[in-house]
Amino acid sequence: MGEKTLTRMDLSEAVFREVGLSRNESAQLVESLLNHISDALVRGEQVKISSFGTFSVREKSARVGRNPKTGQEVPIQPRRVLTFRPSHLMKDRVAAGNKSGG
Amino acid sequence: MIRSELIQKIADENPHLYQRDVERIVNTVFDEVTEAMARGDRVELRGFGAFSVKQRESRVGRNPRTGDTVQVEEKHVPFFKTGKLLRDRLNGK
Repeated sequence: MGEKTLTRMDLSEAVFREVGLSRNESAQLVESLLNHISDALVRGEQVKISSFGTFSVREKSARVGRNPKTGQEVPIQPRRVLTFRPSHLMKDRVAAGNKSGG
Repeated sequence: MIRSELIQKIADENPHLYQRDVERIVNTVFDEVTEAMARGDRVELRGFGAFSVKQRESRVGRNPRTGDTVQVEEKHVPFFKTGKLLRDRLNGK
């Protein structure tokens, strides 16, 4: 497992094979999909893709952190972080696909 | 935003495409990501984030209701790490 890393190119290649648009247009559509998801998240929206998973933005409050190397305290500003919660379907498929000896 | 709204947005930008093709395009992208992880592969989308598979070791768990110990088998779970560009954008940088 963990043999390969797919990129945008692999996703647009899949779109190209599936729908038969040009490679260029397939790449643009993949980019546009990622941009729409990003834009919604930046607006603070949750992005819920059924049978895939949910991206949500969480507000983190300020805290005092520590540089693990020097032990020095550093203030961490309040910030927004993105979390992804996979759907049950994705969890099941990933668990089944990576089962050792299966 | 939900899947159908995402499809609609892309369809609106691409009036030359049939709605059903936009649906297939969007579904194909998400299916590719899930299938890659089911094979144990990573999907790295620069600026957006990376999907990968993490291994959880087997452990002795406990039924919280009865307190009985149960053996929990090793398993693999999907994981997403936000890309730097998106993380910065979320924080107005």
